[in-house]
Amino acid sequence: MTTTLTAPMGTPLLATFRKRRLIALGVPALILAYFTYIFFAFDIPGLAQRAKMDNAAILLSDFWSHKVHVTRDNRSGDVQSAVEGEAKGRYPAGTHPDWVIIDGATTTIDLGEGHIVTYDDKGARYVVPGYGTIDIAPDGNRLKLIAPEPLPDWINASGNRISVTTEEGRFTYTRSKVETFRYFAGWELFFFTLESPFHGKSPLELAALALWGDRLDPARSNIAGMAHDIWFNEMWRHGDVAWAIFETMLMAILGTFGAAVISLPLAFLAARNANPLGPVRFALRRIFDFVRGVDGLIWTIILSRAFGPGPMTGALAILITDTGSFGKTFSEAIENIEEKQVEGIRSTGANALQRARFGVIPQIIPVLASQVLYYLESNTRSATVVGAIVGGGIGLMLTQAIQTQKDWEEVCYYMVLIVLMVMAMDSLSGWLRRKLIKGE
Amino acid sequence: MVDIAFGPEPGKRPDAAAPGTAYLAATRRKRIYGGLLLVFFVSTMASGFLVAQDRNAGGFLDGLHRLDDFPAEVVSEAWEKSANLPGLMWAHVGSLIETINIAAVSTLLGVLGAGFLALLMTRGLARWPRLIPVLRRVTDALRAIPEIVIALVLIYILGGGPIPAMIAIALHTMGALGKLFSEVAENADLKPVEGLTSVGASWGQKMWFGIIPQVAPNWLSYALLRFEINVRASAILGFVGAGGIGYELKIAMQWGGGRYDQVVAIFLLLFLTIAVIDRLSDRWRARLVQGN
Repeated sequence: MTTTLTAPMGTPLLATFRKRRLIALGVPALILAYFTYIFFAFDIPGLAQRAKMDNAAILLSDFWSHKVHVTRDNRSGDVQSAVEGEAKGRYPAGTHPDWVIIDGATTTIDLGEGHIVTYDDKGARYVVPGYGTIDIAPDGNRLKLIAPEPLPDWINASGNRISVTTEEGRFTYTRSKVETFRYFAGWELFFFTLESPFHGKSPLELAALALWGDRLDPARSNIAGMAHDIWFNEMWRHGDVAWAIFETMLMAILGTFGAAVISLPLAFLAARNANPLGPVRFALRRIFDFVRGVDGLIWTIILSRAFGPGPMTGALAILITDTGSFGKTFSEAIENIEEKQVEGIRSTGANALQRARFGVIPQIIPVLASQVLYYLESNTRSATVVGAIVGGGIGLMLTQAIQTQKDWEEVCYYMVLIVLMVMAMDSLSGWLRRKLIKGE
Repeated sequence: MVDIAFGPEPGKRPDAAAPGTAYLAATRRKRIYGGLLLVFFVSTMASGFLVAQDRNAGGFLDGLHRLDDFPAEVVSEAWEKSANLPGLMWAHVGSLIETINIAAVSTLLGVLGAGFLALLMTRGLARWPRLIPVLRRVTDALRAIPEIVIALVLIYILGGGPIPAMIAIALHTMGALGKLFSEVAENADLKPVEGLTSVGASWGQKMWFGIIPQVAPNWLSYALLRFEINVRASAILGFVGAGGIGYELKIAMQWGGGRYDQVVAIFLLLFLTIAVIDRLSDRWRARLVQGN
């Protein structure tokens, strides 16, 4: 076909085609080359060695389940039950969950499905259905293990530590203590901790207690007691979490609206049609650029040195960064207005302030509102990050929970809360935007 | 006039003797509402500020005069050692490149993922229209999770370094761009797709030849804006342990006095990079939107 095209028409067309084909092949090739470079620069082949898959397993199982530890101190013979092995989840002395039976020196732990663990004077025994009995007894400085041979790989035995991991639970024997974990689905003690008189009651019982039951604690009504016990739950700290969420939202709201309030007058001073003084405009624009360019991270660091950790520092960091962004967009919006309306206001003898109020503001309201509300939503996310750095709000609680590396159920809880918070802010800002701009 | 002929009952008609009263009453009512709203806004902001200050370690007025203490200390120390600055800046170029690489890879991965998601969740283009609501919720969720959450969890599993940050930012980018991309794709002209359907093109071919050329300029412009945002995000994630220049900054800051020249060198490097990237992408985006 190319031969039928006359030269002056065909050559540029063919050149365009050739260029397009080059781009269509070249761009994917470049991207591929870049990915190859990154593959080695980020050492992705070494990832398999560095990745700790057992950590991932712990994390995933902790996200949705919890365990109860039943521990015997082999020196004193004391048996203690505790949720997640934590002090704040410990059963009061002498009490145990109903699947642990203590009879003198013998403790029987029923793990379900026929798995029975027994602690007694001679040592400890674990009966695994379909396999047999694993018998462990101290023998001088070492541990003696009697179990059906050959040992399966879920029994891990060394001289002074024997551990058994089954579907139903985990059992560990060392010279100093013997410990059994039983796993349960769900988050432990989410509403009431073990000290609370309301612990272990079904929702129906709780409703009955709240509405017409006798007072469990004569000093307070049942509803007040429940609210108090949930709010001050030591395991989950619902009260603190609620405050942290509130602080994070406060940071976002104060920062965003504060920045809008501050940057609006500055934007007028930086707009060509509102301020005739060139040098002032130039200086303001450079200040906006500088404030935006110095990243939020750096403002956060500088401010937290001056004001210490907390939500106000976070709010100020957001405020300063966004003043730059708002100043830029607002002043651009002011420069793009229709001059005729200002002209009309001017003809009635209005002064500069009145012209701005009645001639300019009504025109830029849609831009202004949509920008501010858009930032409100994105700042809710930033406030989580800023909170992690300055030390305030849910961001701080989240990083602390992650750094302790065991409260993964709390990490999961905070993640859910953060997502819900951001989504709530998103729909709030969307609703406000529709109200304000479309005037519904 | 029609209004008079079919207007309200007599007595409710506007008073002909005082033509402006109704308008003035409406204005007054509007002003009262506006005033109340303003009072509400100001009092909410003020009480919010007081609460925030109350829960802060230091108060606003106490800290205000200390605001420039830290920058002054840092700058004065760096000034004395200003001869070191070029060398220190050069020494940190490697980690700067890592930060930029994290941002670039995650933007690329995010754009690729978001492109697919957007095409699959746009009405009229979707391959499996039933999946549209599901994919929309997925995008919403991806957008709602802050990068830091995913990054910190992944650091626990994968160890420190650039990969957790890369995955975290890429996932968030996918969510954020997916929504914007799909809004662009909704406005695409469907005629090329019809033409391609008539010659028996597959779904992939229809999208590649019919839709992508139309949406490419806008998509690219959004992607560039996202790249700017991601450079900042990857610097911040470095600060919480994900490698790159943010991590170096954290180490230098923790050291405190004596290494402030290093802090200033990193600040300068970060500031210049962000400024240059902003400027370049501004210019490129302006060209893309205006068309050549």
